Amino acid sequence: MRLEAKELASLIETLRRDGYEVVGPTVRDGAIVYDAIEGLEDLPRGWTDEHAPGRYRLLRRPDNALFGYVVGPQSWKRFLLPPRVRLFSVRRNGDQPEIIADASAEPPPKYAFLGARACELAALAVQDRVLLGGPYADPIYRNRRQDVFVIAVQCTQAAPTCFCSSMGTGPKLSGGYDIALTEVVEGAESWFVAHAGTEAGAARLAALGAPEASPQDVARAEEAARRAESMITRRLNTAGLRERLAENFEHPQWDDVARRCLACANCTLVCPTCFCVTVEDTSDVTGSHAERWRLWDSCFTQSFSYIHGGPVRASIKARYRQWLTHKLSSWHDQFGTSGCVGCGRCITWCPAAIEITTEAEAVCGFPPSSLRSEQA
Amino acid sequence: MLPQASRVIAVERETRDTFTFTVAAPGGGSGFAPGQFSMLSVFGVGEAPISISGDPGEPDRLVYTVRSVGPVTQALVTRRPGEWIGVRGPFGASWPLAALRGKDILIVAGGIGLAPLRPAVYYVLRRRGDYGRLVLLYGARSPQDMLYRKQLSAWSYLPDTQILTTVDYGGLSWRGHVGVVTTLFRYARFDAQRTAALVCGPEVMMRFVLRELETRGMALSDVYVSMERNMKCAVGFCGHCQLGPHFVCKDGPVFPAARVKRLMERYEL
Repeated sequence: MRLEAKELASLIETLRRDGYEVVGPTVRDGAIVYDAIEGLEDLPRGWTDEHAPGRYRLLRRPDNALFGYVVGPQSWKRFLLPPRVRLFSVRRNGDQPEIIADASAEPPPKYAFLGARACELAALAVQDRVLLGGPYADPIYRNRRQDVFVIAVQCTQAAPTCFCSSMGTGPKLSGGYDIALTEVVEGAESWFVAHAGTEAGAARLAALGAPEASPQDVARAEEAARRAESMITRRLNTAGLRERLAENFEHPQWDDVARRCLACANCTLVCPTCFCVTVEDTSDVTGSHAERWRLWDSCFTQSFSYIHGGPVRASIKARYRQWLTHKLSSWHDQFGTSGCVGCGRCITWCPAAIEITTEAEAVCGFPPSSLRSEQA
Repeated sequence: MLPQASRVIAVERETRDTFTFTVAAPGGGSGFAPGQFSMLSVFGVGEAPISISGDPGEPDRLVYTVRSVGPVTQALVTRRPGEWIGVRGPFGASWPLAALRGKDILIVAGGIGLAPLRPAVYYVLRRRGDYGRLVLLYGARSPQDMLYRKQLSAWSYLPDTQILTTVDYGGLSWRGHVGVVTTLFRYARFDAQRTAALVCGPEVMMRFVLRELETRGMALSDVYVSMERNMKCAVGFCGHCQLGPHFVCKDGPVFPAARVKRLMERYEL
């Protein structure tokens, strides 16, 4: 099906009318940020992003493309695994505490995600395994996840930080969406080739009454998708990576990276699969009301591994090693998949320009697959 | 996931910083297995993982031995009978005692590590005929830091039971052993070929105990250890308790020693 901008607008409108909170890309604070949108005017029309290790800039495009950027700092994780969420409150009832589950207070929003990339859908699948796939399911994630309607957007360009093709997650969309869009820029404006991934998606597309895409339209869209593939220059050699990382617990590269790593935790906060959380209790001054909140946490903090006597991972070396080894090696043992989807966010947002691809290959003794990037 | 409010029934002082307290099991109690732990809350302060140290034959009450080492444990040990705490659990893998029937049971504990092993002692004593000898080796910092002293003394008079204790610093009035817990092995009487060992204590102590057990001819496959890591959720979501590929909260805290021995030798894993 071929959609013009006005049909995309009406897709957003009908979703909103049906009670969805439509979340999509917006421009805020000099970045592409996923946030609630009301229509096309909220999208980053005519903006693109420039990525390099430790560098991110928004730039104007010569055209009015709506999805002409790669990825922003935050993924969809923040909507399904909120950075800060109240687990319960406790009220003193006589002398007995009364525990009030927070889930009962209000139903979670029903989200429609507009603009999810292939790597991000892979990240959603990884988080599904982590948070829903075991003997326990996280009720907060489950309630927010179950009704999500996904409108994916095919990447038509890639950044020097992208390495999804090495992780087998992209750039071509391959499922996990209700509707997939490929944006084709023609002159200053753009149109979309859309196809459905689910019956719900098909029903919504049919309701738009747009014309079928012609074979030429489809060919234009495929060409745009191939452009993204051809722009990917970063590689990660994954053959034997998991085993070598597990074996090379002691390796001089860990000391080397520890001298550069600031343990700032940026990489874990922008990572679309990092799921670690902590809890924090608060109370009012009278002690008659207390709450427990769940917050994102990071294995880069000392307190993360604290047991009485001190942190288990006192050195930055140990903390970087835990993060990288977990992501690319022990994640397989725990969840049967890699924890990395190749989105490149940890590379872009590292203030020390550390590249996970380079570090992992060095620890494994692999020759570097990508040329070391020009560092901005 | 939500804690249940539970009333403290009794509090008993063990040492200068360690208390054993008993709470009514929420909802009458669903039972627990020796070696499991609970997440205990003082609302408004926080939550901490605490081993269950009571008798699995008394499921209507939950007994915990807590050493005050931080804000949550300090708030826990200052609860008084009649006050309420929050309880989640029990969680985690237990000492596989049912599978060890017919064997001698060797328990090696260091410091507060005796707490998660006490339910194993109760379990064996309630089924005394099912097991061979019961040998308990216990090391503490000083005589004043020893847990359950009266109980240890009472158990030492039981048939086929050997209780050996040692301390790092004895003081003038101490007549017992001085030295690390492995120095007790020369006095311990057990048949390595038909013994299973349950070990809990500081990691450095457990590493030396594993070495000692192997020297004594025990197979690592007959040895179990209980590990400690930071925990926030106890169900494998918070990521804090990772030990290489394992989540200590749900894959442990009790592990077959063969599964974690190499990991225990990795500094800052």
